[in-house]
Amino acid sequence: MGRRFRRTAANALFVGACFIATALALTALGLIMYSLLRQGLGGLDLNIFTKSTPAPGSEGGLSNAIMGSLMMCAAAMVIAVVVGLLAGTYLAEYGGDSAYGHLIRFLNDVLLAAPSILVGLFIYEIMVRPLHGFSGWAGAAALALLAAPVVTRTTEDILRLQPKELREAGMGLGSPRWITIRKIIWRGAGGGLLTGALLGFARISGETAPLLFTALNNQFFSLDMSQPIASLPAVIFQYALSAYDDWRRLAWAGALLIALAVLAANIIGRVIAARGSHRQ
Amino acid sequence: MTLPDIASPEALQAQADAFITEPPPETVKLRTRALSFFYGKNQTIFDLDVAIPRNSVTALIGPSGCGKSTLLRTFNRMYDLHPGQKATGEILLDGKNILAEKDIAGLRSKVGMVFQKPTPFPMSIYENVAFGVRLYHAKSRAEMDQVVETALRRAALWDEVKDKLQTSGLGLSGGQQQRLCVARGIAVEPEVLLLDEPASALDPISTAKLEETISELKRDFTIVIVTHNMGQAARISDNTGFMYLGRLIEFCPTSEMFLKPRAKRTQDYISGRFG
Repeated sequence: MGRRFRRTAANALFVGACFIATALALTALGLIMYSLLRQGLGGLDLNIFTKSTPAPGSEGGLSNAIMGSLMMCAAAMVIAVVVGLLAGTYLAEYGGDSAYGHLIRFLNDVLLAAPSILVGLFIYEIMVRPLHGFSGWAGAAALALLAAPVVTRTTEDILRLQPKELREAGMGLGSPRWITIRKIIWRGAGGGLLTGALLGFARISGETAPLLFTALNNQFFSLDMSQPIASLPAVIFQYALSAYDDWRRLAWAGALLIALAVLAANIIGRVIAARGSHRQ
Repeated sequence: MTLPDIASPEALQAQADAFITEPPPETVKLRTRALSFFYGKNQTIFDLDVAIPRNSVTALIGPSGCGKSTLLRTFNRMYDLHPGQKATGEILLDGKNILAEKDIAGLRSKVGMVFQKPTPFPMSIYENVAFGVRLYHAKSRAEMDQVVETALRRAALWDEVKDKLQTSGLGLSGGQQQRLCVARGIAVEPEVLLLDEPASALDPISTAKLEETISELKRDFTIVIVTHNMGQAARISDNTGFMYLGRLIEFCPTSEMFLKPRAKRTQDYISGRFG
């Protein structure tokens, strides 16, 4: 009787603690989404997408920042996915148990946890200073450096989850190792690999610090990645701290846009993964 | 009846040599000579000599851990995928030592394998079968259709899947998946087909279908099957090898082994006294 009561109580306590922790996290998320929607929705109109950032008091939008963010994120994701997919595949399929593999994995984990401002400073030192200027490419490089470790890590984890029998079956048909990996293992892991890329994108989409040292900012619409370029996080950072109401409204709208973009990317990713999956 | 004592390795070896019926040399497709196998420092197969006759089914039986699956996996050098595993001695496929073979992928296209767990690839039924063929032969669409249909028919799966060839192989039942793996394995026209407990995850009806398939296939292939199911070995195999502690104890035509086994250890095993 005593023991049974203790077990029941311990169980209830534990489930209760889990429930409260979950509720806390969800409440915080809910409050953030609520304030984003309340403050950002009002500023969200067509001008946001068609006009560049204004001087205080005049009408304007975020088109230069949106375009800058899109270009830098796209370039960064191309680099990060290529590097991350290959590095993760190397770690999971080829050299993961060698000393070199352990070293790479360790360094990747360090990079995964590196403060983003350090990454910004690093790119500043190796790209911005030698080339005498802030640029969109430098911004993209900094973002790629942040996203690549995420993609590498998830790629390795997902590939290791693929059953070893699948590899043996592929190789058992006389398929060389790299074809087995490319056509069977990657295909089987498709949804997970996509999730890794999405996590990487979510990681960089709101990053401000690394962009301040690399892409800087730009008041005007620009498609030139070799010049300083605007980005949503940098504009939000600048406008949110300003004294002007219309700037602050734009900052909120920009923040909402980033949140919606991450949400949309996740939904699209899930749909693609579900459609492409061979589970049923 | 007492359990068999663990004899010394030498005694085991002496005993092993006494109960081997060699098939006629001209019928031998695959032969090992003094084959030993190591997982790291741990030796699991000891100086094993076995001769597998062509166009027949050879069953390997024995208690868990006796090395029968390991032996099977040396025949297509599957162990190569795992660092730390190595084989010494000789394995002759039509007289050519495959342990010295450089073209492993080519070897594996000649020695196919079906595993214990069904392992369909994450692609359509059609693509599963076509995958291995594409690696070695460029075929037109119509030719490939023919290859796929033939392989699925031989694996006794065609009637069940002919209307859904483009759907995922992972949507099939376990038994169908396993026959898909057989179809995939024979589509590349190997010379030897290795089956590692292919029916252990299947229900009796699927098992019966798979056994029928295997009996059909021996006309064209040399088949080696590892099984824990004595009935299965008795039903489908022409020769049976009994392995124990990494050695081949007895090898002879299946009917002889199950009617009057010569080694006491074999008798104890197939009558269910140990294992």
